[in-house]
Amino acid sequence: MDAAIPMILVVVKVLLVLGAVLTLVAYITLLERKLLGWIQVRLGPNRVGPWGLLQPLADGIKLLTKEEITVTKANRVVYILAPMIVVVCALIPFGVIPFAKGLGLERLLGGAAERFDLNTGVIADINVGILFIFAISSLGAYGVILGGWASNSKYSLLGGIRTGAQMISYELGLSLAVVGVLMIAGTLSLVEIVGEQSSVLRWFVFRQPVGFLLFLIAGAAEICRTPFDVIECENELVAGYQTEYSSMKFGLFYLGEYAHLLFLSALITTLFFGGWQGPIFPPIVWFMGKTFFFVFFFIWVRATYPRLRYDRVMAFGWKVLLPVGLINVMMTAFIYTVWLQFTGRGL
Amino acid sequence: MIIPLLQGLKVTLKYLFAKKVTLQYPDEKPQLARRWRGRHVLKTHASGKIKCVACMLCATACPAECISIVAAAEPDNRKYPESYVLDMGRCIWCGHCVEVCPKEAIEMATAYELAEYTREDLIYDKEALLQSPQERYVVEKRKAG
Repeated sequence: MDAAIPMILVVVKVLLVLGAVLTLVAYITLLERKLLGWIQVRLGPNRVGPWGLLQPLADGIKLLTKEEITVTKANRVVYILAPMIVVVCALIPFGVIPFAKGLGLERLLGGAAERFDLNTGVIADINVGILFIFAISSLGAYGVILGGWASNSKYSLLGGIRTGAQMISYELGLSLAVVGVLMIAGTLSLVEIVGEQSSVLRWFVFRQPVGFLLFLIAGAAEICRTPFDVIECENELVAGYQTEYSSMKFGLFYLGEYAHLLFLSALITTLFFGGWQGPIFPPIVWFMGKTFFFVFFFIWVRATYPRLRYDRVMAFGWKVLLPVGLINVMMTAFIYTVWLQFTGRGL
Repeated sequence: MIIPLLQGLKVTLKYLFAKKVTLQYPDEKPQLARRWRGRHVLKTHASGKIKCVACMLCATACPAECISIVAAAEPDNRKYPESYVLDMGRCIWCGHCVEVCPKEAIEMATAYELAEYTREDLIYDKEALLQSPQERYVVEKRKAG
């Protein structure tokens, strides 16, 4: 019994975070449509509920009640599995992102809070957090590739192949962009990386500006948003890997896509913008504010830039991002070593 | 390479706060020009007599051949249309009938919500054309979001 209560509390914590993430993801779809509308001098959705606030709900009901079509020659098991992989891989990384310092539960739970790690504002503070994130989000590519293959359609397969190629080329840039941060912070744990950025000037965006830019660009390519959304490029591939999907299976792909957007914004916040830290307001407000600034930024970018040609996307990944990332890592290592030599402490 | 990208972002940011052009029809109705070519109206003199003298110019000028007039004469030999039928289903809203009319007996009002469920309902007779168009589809105005 003594052990059961903390266990239940952990489950409650997980469910709370999951609920919050799913709600936010639903409303990001509304936010995106609103912002795109405003930028195009339209109003955006405003008929369902006040200010269009019930639109995500209506969309969800619509997706759930639509006819479910499975292509005749599809590989059924993989076909159904693919959207699940995408969603699961998009949601798991939220488990290691710290969203607040403490939850203020010391008095409520006493020693149990300490013992079962219930008080930290993160579900699991694992010491290889960033590695875990990259591992899981790379697995997400499998969902897309398998979905494209199992649909037994030209467009889906081409979309899937493009995803595979793009993910491999941009994963490199993404990882190299983070290496600089990891070297300075000296840890892979996201909680400690946030702790390292204790004041605004110590935010990694100022200590690793090139790394931040690389991460921003490679991140946009990793989650396949414009201008790098060649995998679902409407005018060439209909809808890419999700061409043959309908009903809620299509909805799950979409959910995964927007969860990725939210997750990437949260990760940029954590790695480069001091995570939940900030004055006056509670940590969660700062975390959400910074995260949603980047969500807004990605939507803004989508409204501004056209899609790149597929070969240019690949060329950019290999010929620009990778060398710049390598140079950034080497320069960081060089400066870090020199600094350590002369001052006797880290950067 | 970077500067044009930032300029692009600036342009879209400017439009984000620009006044929206959307007109929430039918909650909001457009401001129509005074010379908008909407539904036809047959005019009358102040005495109530119809201005039309059944000269057939409008029926002749009509490229869609949607006007058919049966003329009749009053005791003082003044001609008037006994029936004046205008088929809105055929009308192309060119306004030739209005332009050609020597008596300014036919005009076009600004009414444009003229949909009906059957083609027969689109055929307007003299009595219908004499009345000024009723406003239709009046919806309570809501605040645009």
